[in-house]
Amino acid sequence: MTDDGLRAAVAAGVLASEQAHRALLQATVEVARGFFSARAASIFLYDEDTDELVFEAVAGEGSDSLVGQRIPSSTGIAGWTLVTRQSLVLEDVSQDPRWGGQEIADRIGYAPKGLMTVPLLYGEEAVGVLQVLDRPQEARFSLEEMELLGLFGNQAAIALDLLRKARRAKAVLEDADTDSALLARVAENLESLEGPRRAAGVELLRALESLFKS
Amino acid sequence: MSEPASERPLPAWSLPAGSAESLALPTEWPGRVTREWAWGGSTGKGVRVCILDSGIEQGHPLVGELGGAVAVEVGEGDEITVVDDVEGDLCGHGTACAGIVRSLAPDVELFSVRVLGAGFTGSGSALLGGLRWAVDQGFHVINMSLSTTKSHFAGMLHEIADRAYFRRTVLVASAHNMPVESYPWRFSSVISVGSHEEPGADTFYYNPSPPVEFFARGVDVEVAWLGGTQARSTGNSFATPHISGICALILGKHPDLTPFQLKSALYLTASNVEDRDD
Repeated sequence: MTDDGLRAAVAAGVLASEQAHRALLQATVEVARGFFSARAASIFLYDEDTDELVFEAVAGEGSDSLVGQRIPSSTGIAGWTLVTRQSLVLEDVSQDPRWGGQEIADRIGYAPKGLMTVPLLYGEEAVGVLQVLDRPQEARFSLEEMELLGLFGNQAAIALDLLRKARRAKAVLEDADTDSALLARVAENLESLEGPRRAAGVELLRALESLFKS
Repeated sequence: MSEPASERPLPAWSLPAGSAESLALPTEWPGRVTREWAWGGSTGKGVRVCILDSGIEQGHPLVGELGGAVAVEVGEGDEITVVDDVEGDLCGHGTACAGIVRSLAPDVELFSVRVLGAGFTGSGSALLGGLRWAVDQGFHVINMSLSTTKSHFAGMLHEIADRAYFRRTVLVASAHNMPVESYPWRFSSVISVGSHEEPGADTFYYNPSPPVEFFARGVDVEVAWLGGTQARSTGNSFATPHISGICALILGKHPDLTPFQLKSALYLTASNVEDRDD
């Protein structure tokens, strides 16, 4: 077993749940939507296995129907943002801005007239895309707002990276036949114990530790 | 006006005594470089501009006809194939960039090299392959409103950017809106562009604190969009084709300029540099 495997095994037992990470992503899109007074905001995660973008969190329009939906990774505005790693703002679009494809527009029942889109960059990796749809257009867009959008993007990228790591660790935990999974389950079970049972569990592990050292 | 020159073999690595006359410059520079000298009367005629992007919508009223359109496909083992593009624009962005160049330099010949659509996994290879192909074609200006953060592509991109520079192909690339390490806009052989908030399409500034070298119009820009429509847009990726358009105007009037001379002309005619009493 590699060091990475061991670390992941222990981490899998004690990491916050996927639900907690999803809550962080949801909070990010809610704040972005509220800040720009927009009709909707969403975060896409790039899925390496299928080479697609997946809606991971949605606030406003589409929040009840879009999470889990998938679109190609290199078409439409979301794909362009992921591939080019550039932010942009579009307004007064009379034609489908290809933000998520016709199927997605049909699903939420409207096509946006404007959107802001920013790549979610973590280190060298592009991990996803944040989009804010249909902000009120009475005010001219400014470079200052562009910068704010980038700040939301930074926060979302960190949250998305945490979610990815938690899922990888969880995958280790669920791989029942490996040594890593065994260790992960022990760590997870210990984490869930309280009071005298936890103390007894810790004592047993210390005894095992001494045994392994000898 | 003649065609912009291609790579020239001489003078090469040294200058023997008495041969300085061979260095006579084909373009005479005035004592004071003005916009009138740099591109007054030019329409960009004779200049071939490549838009390396999401494709271009053929025949859009703000774009007109294209000189050609290809798509870069990525196969097994990252093998690159360049094929005729029949899909047009996959998101609208390339059409927007093409329209901006056309608005500044109406007589340029526009070409589309689509690097979008190969999936995200193949996008780095498509970017490299597309850029390499475009440089080999000898376009005079290549507009790149895109970048990569993958450092293992940096060396190869750097090599292609330098090759373009010595072949007299000008690469104009979008800087990042955010403070991240990305390429190729950070290379000094490339003209890098960020946004300013003013409305003038020919207003551009030299930045004395690089790596971003020039700021051009990038906020609330009226652009061509899909289906023959228009939209308003903001971002460095829309500032970039403004500089590409101005480069095309300058090359249309002074086809012999090297990328170094072209960048110098841009500097001397920037809105915060040129003494505007002409």
